[in-house]
Amino acid sequence: MPVEIDVEHVAKLARLQLRDDEKAQLTAQLGQILEHAARVGEVAADDVAPTASPIPRANVYRDDVVEPSLPVDEALRNAPERAGDRFRVPRIAETGS
Amino acid sequence: MTTPLCDLTGAELSAQLATGETSAAQILASSHARIAAVDDDVRALLTPTPQLASERAEELDVYLSTGAPQSPAAGIPVALKDVLTTNGIRTTCGSLILESYVPPYDATAWTRLSGAGAVLVGKTNCDEFAMGSSNENSAYGPVHNPWDLERVPGGSSGGSAAAVAAGEAVWALGTDTGGSVRQPASLCGVVGLKPTYGRISRYGLIAFASSLDTVGTFTRSVRDAGSMLQVLAGHDVRDATSLDVPVPDYGAHLDDGVAGLRIGVVSEAFGEGVEQAVAASVRAAIERLAGLGAEVGEVHLPHAAYALSAYYLIAPSEASSNLARYDGVRYGLRAEGEHADSIAMMFATRGQGFGPEVKRRIMLGTYALSAGYYDAYYGQAQKVRTLVIADYEAAFERFDVLVSPTSPTTAFRIGEKADDPMAMYLNDIFTIPANLAGVPAISVPCGLDDGGLPIGLQLTAPALDESTLLRAAHALETELALHLRPPLLDGLGT
Repeated sequence: MPVEIDVEHVAKLARLQLRDDEKAQLTAQLGQILEHAARVGEVAADDVAPTASPIPRANVYRDDVVEPSLPVDEALRNAPERAGDRFRVPRIAETGS
Repeated sequence: MTTPLCDLTGAELSAQLATGETSAAQILASSHARIAAVDDDVRALLTPTPQLASERAEELDVYLSTGAPQSPAAGIPVALKDVLTTNGIRTTCGSLILESYVPPYDATAWTRLSGAGAVLVGKTNCDEFAMGSSNENSAYGPVHNPWDLERVPGGSSGGSAAAVAAGEAVWALGTDTGGSVRQPASLCGVVGLKPTYGRISRYGLIAFASSLDTVGTFTRSVRDAGSMLQVLAGHDVRDATSLDVPVPDYGAHLDDGVAGLRIGVVSEAFGEGVEQAVAASVRAAIERLAGLGAEVGEVHLPHAAYALSAYYLIAPSEASSNLARYDGVRYGLRAEGEHADSIAMMFATRGQGFGPEVKRRIMLGTYALSAGYYDAYYGQAQKVRTLVIADYEAAFERFDVLVSPTSPTTAFRIGEKADDPMAMYLNDIFTIPANLAGVPAISVPCGLDDGGLPIGLQLTAPALDESTLLRAAHALETELALHLRPPLLDGLGT
């Protein structure tokens, strides 16, 4: 059975604007893919520990040494919009009147 | 007619450079002539870098003329998959969202190759953010397989595989998250090596699925794959997952042969969905290995059947998180027009900038990680991953290397599977388990089908045992002596 998912809700979580035709197509395709993916549930694994990375590692620290950073102009070179030494974005908070 | 320089192996070119028989400039000229002759049809390169390459080759010739030590990479024309950052050279990931992104830093893999004297001929086309198995998911159009221009080169590193098969580059770098080096190598008739996870630094590899992403190599010989790995392998403080363990001499045991080597044939990899010609060719190659004295037996990987399902939960989950960075603020595309606020701008930018496959995977991953579904999907997939790893551990108690087809089919037609994501995902059914387990694997050409399309055989070894992997692959390559060359190149000179 294809899995039914609420495409509008998931797209909102993913911050993805989708056209109506994309929503329809994704509903069908994701349902089919998830039907296949859900087979992981057939595996008896209650007592199995999950693996997040193939190489088990403890936390890795670098030496606490100051190194040169990227110059500001370099760091801003790819910015879609800049204002002085900052990234410029559309408003992020309600403005008071 | 003598073989054009660009069709030689790195080892052959190195030898000619050492004796002064040729120069880096002459080798590069050969590559450039080949690119001019075929790339309008193959479309492997997204961003050629001819000027930089010429300057580099000239510098190198001056350096080599002093009699200075020569790395096996010196003077070798190399192409890089466009998911590896290059300082000052556009890096698109095959995506519109990074169409004009110019990184301010080099990927460590490129820093090392460049430091060893490799010459960059350009950045190669790929599936968007390395998501795909046919190269049809590139925002810049598909790559065409040099063996048949109407067919796909495989993916996601399709441009790198095609460039090496067609002689546009002698070596190339790709990345392999679920088979993206080995499957295109198989479909293009070249050698594709995915080393152990962590063996090569991922710094500057633009992330798709961080627990699976591995830098890999494309070459026309196994010896060259070892030479590339020698340059690339090693610890990098800039990648916390890179392994801080000694790097062996990968050439030391290359010629040791397979007598007494225990080779396990993965039973599950010869069943339904595998083309008859592929199964027959791989079986015949295994017979040849047995003839060389290898001890061949059958092995089962019982959880491999679930690896594809687990992968299509784990990889999209990691991708949905990694690709959150494309928000139109710091780099990449920002959607045109007035936006009510930053959140609206992000929705519009991501909707415009990402292609269909990337959207599919972001949605899949977001769903698998969302409240109420996490345990059943992502959590359960991680447990299956543990069992896939245990299967390999059991198999490697009995065998030194495992063998299977690389891909169930030879190259398919452009457009053939483009509208059926699930059919496309099945291309990687034999390559995905090695990524889940982090173990090294290699695809080596083992024959052609009736249509003249290359077939690849996959060998898999325990973590960090690339030496044994290369040794077995080299023995097979030497025994088969195929010397594959796409008919497209017939009559092309220089």
